[in-house]
Amino acid sequence: MTFRKYLVLAGITVCSTVGDSLLARGMKELGAVSLHNLSGLLLAVLNPWVTAGILLLLAFFSCYMSALSWADLTYVLPATSLAYVLVALIGHFRLHEEISPTRWLGIALIASGVGFVAGGPSFTPRHERHNSQDVAREGVPSEVKP
Amino acid sequence: MKEINAWAAIALIVLTSTTGDVLLSYSMKRVGDVGELWRRRGILAVVGRALTTPTFALGLMAMAVAFYSLLYGLSWGNLSLVAPASASLTFVANAVAARIFLRERVGRRRWIAALLVAGGVVLMAI
Repeated sequence: MTFRKYLVLAGITVCSTVGDSLLARGMKELGAVSLHNLSGLLLAVLNPWVTAGILLLLAFFSCYMSALSWADLTYVLPATSLAYVLVALIGHFRLHEEISPTRWLGIALIASGVGFVAGGPSFTPRHERHNSQDVAREGVPSEVKP
Repeated sequence: MKEINAWAAIALIVLTSTTGDVLLSYSMKRVGDVGELWRRRGILAVVGRALTTPTFALGLMAMAVAFYSLLYGLSWGNLSLVAPASASLTFVANAVAARIFLRERVGRRRWIAALLVAGGVVLMAI
């Protein structure tokens, strides 16, 4: 893991969090989409908040694809899932959504699960494997046993 | 009615984004280290190689469905319910799918974490 790769992982976290909250803000402006008016979903991209959200999610996607090219799926997801907690906090502080005590506990549980995975010796650098096609087919141990 | 719609959207997001994640992860492993490829051959080679991988397009399609399910879900439920619930359930589903389809070794540490996350999701739904 190089510094640049940690930056890519940070990019995944931040871009997906901010992107999601921009989308939510845009969708709140548009109101609930009913099943009978699904074309509303297609027109949603015209809302500036939704557009900004989509741009950030595109940046997220580029970082995500880059990370998946040199790391396990089961490594990338936990390493970047601080985003779930960030999204709830942004929902609370910026969009003023209610977060009940049980929901706070849920956030804490998710965060601890995330820390449990990310804190462990659970990463085998894939960037040393140039024959990537074989890696995908055979699968390699993604975790160093503690 | 509002709750049912939010949870239906969440279920759809989990199913499609897990499919997408697995397909994209598989594709990118075939493409190889993007940073290295970029340095050697340039950004166009990276994009070209990804786009010519058939499973990449399939993964993108699954992700597109997941994205619109998310928009649908966000219009019904709170951001702090829909986004974490779908994302962390996807996390658990992905651990299972990565083990089965990508043959990644998911150790005890990762399973415990999956249960913690699943428990957290249940608490958030109460």
